[in-house]
Amino acid sequence: MTTTYEPVIGLEIHVQLLTRTKMFCGCELSFGEPPNTRTCPVCLGLPGALPVANAQAIHFGLMIGLALDSELAPRSIFHRKNYFYPDLPKGYQISQYDEPLCRGGRLADVRIHRVHLEEDAAKLVHVGASGRIHASDASIVDFNRGGTPLAEIVTEPDLHSPEQAGQWLRLLRATLRHLGVSDVNMDEGSLRCDANVSVRPEGSRELGTKTELKNMNSFRFLERGIRAEIARQEGILNEGGRVVQETLHFDPGSGEITSLRSKEQAHDYRYFPEPDLAPVAVSETMLAAARQAMPELPSARAVRLQDSLGLSAESAHLLAFRPELGDYFEQALQSSPDSTPSAGAQAQALANWVTGELAKRLAPEESPADSKVSPEAITVLSQMAAEKQISVGAARQVLDRLVAEGGDPRTLVEQEGLAALDGGDELRQIVRAAIAANADAAQRVRAGNPKATGPIVGYVMRETKGRADGAEVTRLIAELLG
Amino acid sequence: MIDREEVLHIARLARLRLGEEEIEPMARELSAVIEHVAKIGELDLRDTAPTSHVVEVAGRLRADEPHQCLPREVVLAQAPAVSGEGFLVPSPQA
Repeated sequence: MTTTYEPVIGLEIHVQLLTRTKMFCGCELSFGEPPNTRTCPVCLGLPGALPVANAQAIHFGLMIGLALDSELAPRSIFHRKNYFYPDLPKGYQISQYDEPLCRGGRLADVRIHRVHLEEDAAKLVHVGASGRIHASDASIVDFNRGGTPLAEIVTEPDLHSPEQAGQWLRLLRATLRHLGVSDVNMDEGSLRCDANVSVRPEGSRELGTKTELKNMNSFRFLERGIRAEIARQEGILNEGGRVVQETLHFDPGSGEITSLRSKEQAHDYRYFPEPDLAPVAVSETMLAAARQAMPELPSARAVRLQDSLGLSAESAHLLAFRPELGDYFEQALQSSPDSTPSAGAQAQALANWVTGELAKRLAPEESPADSKVSPEAITVLSQMAAEKQISVGAARQVLDRLVAEGGDPRTLVEQEGLAALDGGDELRQIVRAAIAANADAAQRVRAGNPKATGPIVGYVMRETKGRADGAEVTRLIAELLG
Repeated sequence: MIDREEVLHIARLARLRLGEEEIEPMARELSAVIEHVAKIGELDLRDTAPTSHVVEVAGRLRADEPHQCLPREVVLAQAPAVSGEGFLVPSPQA
């Protein structure tokens, strides 16, 4: 008999803050500048240089705290986290320890443990034949990144599957992006995620021994890494072994998990209060500024879109958690000429066009605002389709053209002769011809098989180049064969 | 009293190589320092908040405005070893 295990997962997320300058000095943040051109005595750790905290980084930290419903500390202090590594010129990282900027909180169904501010380390390039960290003899240090402000967000162990962890991290990323406090780009390292993973027998309330999976730099690797680690731990336990608490590295190429005993085996960081930095006192003015700067958050936006516009939960969620779609949608809605009683249905139809047909035609993560389709154009197109001025098939053709070259849907419909055939004589004639040309199918429909209309509808659509309204064609077939 | 194992642990964290003859005196000296500080334990401090900073000057923050960075040649001139555009260091894994 094998035991069923329940995974328990907590995440630690580092985000680089989008300030102009570093956390404790006025060096501008680097975006691909030549190595070691963004440094000064403070971020190089030269003797006598004194750090001063960046007010904007504190401001962003407070915004993150507000977004995560955290308790904002009226007073917090910085600590020195001591370890020796060439990416850390002072021999310690300035971080926060037992008095962080924000405590507690929640995002969706995951509780937040804390949010604190710290400085990023420099970048090490390992020089070695294989390019692998183990095989190199020397390293080159670029201090441009050293001192970049980071917010570290730590969750409680409230996640229970790799997929849930990935989903939640996407939600966090959408939230942070919407706040405008970070680029949150996993490829470029402005969003980095570690996972604490343990398993326990289903039903048990006790936590198993956890391991820490380091730096998974994409959503796919995060989910795969956690999945592999869960499997590894279950394997150990099923063979009667014990999981050892350690830091691990997941290699997405081989799927292998290896122990990473590098930076500080003992995790003996000897934290002590940073004597060079005054405590951070969050004033009423700072709090008010942070509240003032808060945009509508994705979760609130989803509720509003559902309640005030009557959108489906699914559409509201999509638009809210992909703010670039949401912003575009709301702009398109504004351009809508009237607010008729059918406004709700129109909004839903427009949402479907934006999140469905349009999003499908764009590159992943591409903002429709950057496409050639103007918000007015998609609104007009959606209305023409809703009012059956054009068929859905024709509307899709128009959208293809709009994505490729932009323009006004009305003009395109006219140029291409895509206007819908109304239910008048012309369409009736074509349906009659279609029935005549598909006698077999007609026979089967008469015999009570409604699904047999396929070839007849196909004939009509070919004849009309997709301009006929499908529902109208079905109605006419039923009438003529009735 | 700090024992031999603790001395070696601290030395390792500090990346210090201690000679065999240095270990015992180091244990004695560190113990003396800690015993000196431990004197504070004789006081009843239950109602006293820990002091993280001697002078409580709060709220001094810096506006998010760039200053001039150091020229790279000046920066790299401080380094014992340089390779191309960066500081050359022994590999931490080596």
